[in-house]
Amino acid sequence: MTQTIPTGRREDEIQIYDLHKSFGDVEVLKGISLTVRKGEVVCVIGPSGSGKSTLLRCVNLLEQPTKGRIFILNEEITDIDADVDTIRTMMGMVFQQFNLFPHLTALENCTIGQTVVKKIDKQTAIKTALGYLDEVGLKDRAGAYPAQLSGGQQQRVAIARSLSMDVEMVLFDEPTSALDPELVGDVLAVMRRLAASGMTMMVVTHEMAFAREVADRVIFMDGGIVVEEGHPDQVIGNPQNPRTRSFLQRVLDPTHVPDDRG
Amino acid sequence: MTTTQAAVPRKKLSPRKRAQRVRWAQYAVLVALLVGAVLTIDGAQVQRVFFRLDLVQITLTSGLPRAFLNTIIYTAGAFVFGLALGTVLALMRLSQVAPYRWLASIYIEFFRGVPALIVLLAFGLMSVAFPGLRFPLDPYGTVWTALGIVSAAYMAETIRAGILAVPKGQVEAARSLGMPSGTAMRRIVLPQAFRIITPPLTNELILLTKDSSLVYVLGLTASAFELTKFGRDISNSNGNLTPLVVAGFCYLLITLPLTFLVRRMEAKSAKAR
Repeated sequence: MTQTIPTGRREDEIQIYDLHKSFGDVEVLKGISLTVRKGEVVCVIGPSGSGKSTLLRCVNLLEQPTKGRIFILNEEITDIDADVDTIRTMMGMVFQQFNLFPHLTALENCTIGQTVVKKIDKQTAIKTALGYLDEVGLKDRAGAYPAQLSGGQQQRVAIARSLSMDVEMVLFDEPTSALDPELVGDVLAVMRRLAASGMTMMVVTHEMAFAREVADRVIFMDGGIVVEEGHPDQVIGNPQNPRTRSFLQRVLDPTHVPDDRG
Repeated sequence: MTTTQAAVPRKKLSPRKRAQRVRWAQYAVLVALLVGAVLTIDGAQVQRVFFRLDLVQITLTSGLPRAFLNTIIYTAGAFVFGLALGTVLALMRLSQVAPYRWLASIYIEFFRGVPALIVLLAFGLMSVAFPGLRFPLDPYGTVWTALGIVSAAYMAETIRAGILAVPKGQVEAARSLGMPSGTAMRRIVLPQAFRIITPPLTNELILLTKDSSLVYVLGLTASAFELTKFGRDISNSNGNLTPLVVAGFCYLLITLPLTFLVRRMEAKSAKAR
């Protein structure tokens, strides 16, 4: 049975076919294929160095794939003629290190994309931005500069900045990994609400509890390939592959000492 | 070998007391130097050589404000020119296209390596070498271009360092919002880069203020004299250094407020960093 590429189905928002990525001689991604449907929350888990962040960064072409094709809303972003900038306006990205613009206030962080890229007038942009800042619980900090905000607040502003572009989907690259433990909860709460609102989300994360609770599908990656994929209850609750099992054991019980020394 | 393990250490000054005595000694040296200076220096003679009040009077009234203003105009214009050209050169140095990188490197190494005085001397003969070549707003256009061309070489390296000091994640975040790379550079990277390099750029501006004293080699008319040339002419005609000393203090009147202003600006923008 041959598959049409791309599927052309409106609900297949992200389609990845046989994605390879090498840095020099090191092949980080060794042929990844997956589809994320509209409104779906897909969590990508796996040990560090497994290629999960690279996979996410390939999706909006922050990394140029070595081989393979990626379609966003059935438009090929990997095509040489693709209007990458326009495709990116439909796809938010939230980084591990927040990457807020330090010379702009929280509000300006949320308006600059609208006014500069989408040419929306300033008043409308501010209204939209304040709406999303309110949604992440930081409307009263709109005038603050990033340096005046805690890590958790900065990450919530970064989420609001992505949403302010009225995106179809948001990519999260380990959004809570750089946060102090007591600040993780607020960010996850915002992401949980976002998921419940029907946003398409692709989340690289180490938060197993979050993945289990919020994800529609969990993808376990190791060594540049998808090792196991399925419903969180299955992949996290009852993993079949020994690599998944050993990873989860290490993550969920860091003090555990494996009895086999292989 | 004697065993000293059991010996009671000799009672010495405690470290704090010793530090106290060292401080006293340092004060004592200062006082001694001051007393020595007062006893040996003939104040009246020094004043006759460097600071004759009648000549101060003459200097102030024979066109100092004009020269003061010229120095500021030369420096400010050259700084703006150098900043613009320096930014272009810095971007060329960071270009993906290799020949642009080479061109910028050659320019920078050449104008950093050659004394500014020689560049200015060459510039003075530009209109002879290229008949018909005229700079606008003579003599300002000529001075701005000549000084700006040299300072751009220095500023380019500073600006490049500033651009490289902006974290890579900033560009990634900007591009993720759909900004083209030029827009990301202009709206996100450069504003942060210039904030980072404000202190070295201030340094550049102060150096440029003093380098403006070299433009006399361009052969300017009296109304276009800047502070040094102005002061030296009066010095020469009076056979005394006082006018030049006055001119020297005028440079401080420019550079000290500048330093103060930039420090204020930095404190203000600190919260947005």
